[in-house]
Amino acid sequence: MLEDKNRIFTNLYGQDDWRLAGARRRGDWNDTAAIIARGRDAIIAEMKASGLRGRGGAGFPTGLKWSFMPKGSDGRPHYLVINGDESEPGTCKDREVLRHEPHKLIESALIASFAMGAHASYIYIRGEFYREAEHLQAAIDEAYEAGLLGPNAAGSGWDFDFRIHRGAGAYICGEETALLESLEGKKGQPRMKPPFPAGVGLYGCPTTVNNVESIAVASTIMRRGAAWFAGLGRQNNAGTKLMAISGHVNTPCVFEEELGVPLKDIIEKHGGGVRGGWDNLLAVIPGGCSVPLLPKSICETVLMDYDSLRAERSGLGTACMIVMDKSTDIIKAIARFSRFFKHESCGQCTPCREGTGWMMRIMDRMVEGRADIEEIDLLEQVTRQVEGHTICALGDAAAWPIQGLIRHFRPEMEARIQQYKASHGGTGLIAVPAGVPVAAE
Amino acid sequence: MFDTDSEAEISIVLGKYPAERKASAVMPLLYIAQRQMGRQTGSAWVPLPAMDEIARRLEMAAIRVYEVASFYTMYNTRPVGRYHLQVCTTTPCWLRGSDDVVSACQKATGISQFGQTSEDGLFTLTEVECLGACANAPILQVDDDSTKIWMAPAPKN
Repeated sequence: MLEDKNRIFTNLYGQDDWRLAGARRRGDWNDTAAIIARGRDAIIAEMKASGLRGRGGAGFPTGLKWSFMPKGSDGRPHYLVINGDESEPGTCKDREVLRHEPHKLIESALIASFAMGAHASYIYIRGEFYREAEHLQAAIDEAYEAGLLGPNAAGSGWDFDFRIHRGAGAYICGEETALLESLEGKKGQPRMKPPFPAGVGLYGCPTTVNNVESIAVASTIMRRGAAWFAGLGRQNNAGTKLMAISGHVNTPCVFEEELGVPLKDIIEKHGGGVRGGWDNLLAVIPGGCSVPLLPKSICETVLMDYDSLRAERSGLGTACMIVMDKSTDIIKAIARFSRFFKHESCGQCTPCREGTGWMMRIMDRMVEGRADIEEIDLLEQVTRQVEGHTICALGDAAAWPIQGLIRHFRPEMEARIQQYKASHGGTGLIAVPAGVPVAAE
Repeated sequence: MFDTDSEAEISIVLGKYPAERKASAVMPLLYIAQRQMGRQTGSAWVPLPAMDEIARRLEMAAIRVYEVASFYTMYNTRPVGRYHLQVCTTTPCWLRGSDDVVSACQKATGISQFGQTSEDGLFTLTEVECLGACANAPILQVDDDSTKIWMAPAPKN
């Protein structure tokens, strides 16, 4: 469990002033010029040594990502783009950073941009975060006025501009290349990679896209040192992480915790326990809706970090868990995610555009039980055909929750089908003989 | 067509992007148009002439603006009520009782289905996907501002 002295986000709950005066009191903007004076290579080396892995879900080492940016400039400007399009169901951690710790983010963006040779940074904030964007804009205005942004930002000798771009309600824009397309004024449809954004990103220039939290922790890592950060958490899963608990717990909340703490302890301590007691737990989705769920038996022992959850064929994702108690219709809960993905598919790749709709329709029938047992296998097979066959990971994200459901709750699905058959005398579906062409539903 | 408030906002927005990358301003300009419609008519939506004007100013093909306006869900391409009630029904909110929020909204406004506007033109009820405030679920967003719903405790049988 994380000790108070190791907390990075000391104003996560907004109890203190979020404006510049309050941020300075908490240590932000304290001699930022000295950090920048260490030089580009030293900053990137420190980030690498800290073992920080991307906090947006994929868990790619942040320092390594920064090092992919070209060392010199070929005349094209470099950009840092911060991904604040927090739209993954269950996830609400970056919102607290934007609302209550905006200066930590702005200062860290300056450090990160310097390390990547960028004089300009955009933050893409999801459109629904209207008040959050207002807070951040107020903080940016304060920073410009205090000389912390603009020419010779914070006395570092580095010119730096920081600007907000608001999204408008598209989950897909959280994918980094879709985000760049959106920022260029287009529909948010992901680009093929390669070329990677570090070579050809925003406006065709070298760009790094990082999650809000990955950037926001940079200033503290620079101040307290990579060894301090690497000393928290577990081997290869270093540091602290913002997490959230939603769903059937007594006290849903957002909190900062060390990686590698048992999931059960987190639910008991931060979530105030499962509604109706631990034995009333049915399942937990550990990191936003795209990762497969975990049944209670696994929740007893699993640790909250990238590798432990990976080993259970799930994932840390955004570390924002959704807890479901025994009153939950688990099939309906997952079917709702299928509807979400159908709604949010950008329509670019056929397997995802058609597959998400197909999966949603089958899942809706599974909720009723109006299906055949073999259709569970068919559904599983279709998720495999969508997974890995699309430009971006939305296809995978749509497939995984269903795979997790089938893996852990197949008996419930079969029981539902049998129940329906028993009460209706059959599925009422017409079987089409093999070889007969049928139009799509 | 844009009023003075909007013009002031537009000049700030255009300053954010490189001059030769004006197209980046299409999303903020659509918001500005939508807000102005809300101020002037009480219904915050983006009519076609506004999109054409945005295309002209940003030197884009009009279809590129239509594409953007129809791709993102927060631009209303048809009139909405004075208050736009947006209920999140994605799983984290659903687990915390979003169905009750939906029926409360329906009862209060007389709207029977999502996407409809009440007869007095005051309310439009929309179902939206995750609003990113799951720890505060269930969430109802009214126009631009999201609100946590405080549910009455369920009666104990």
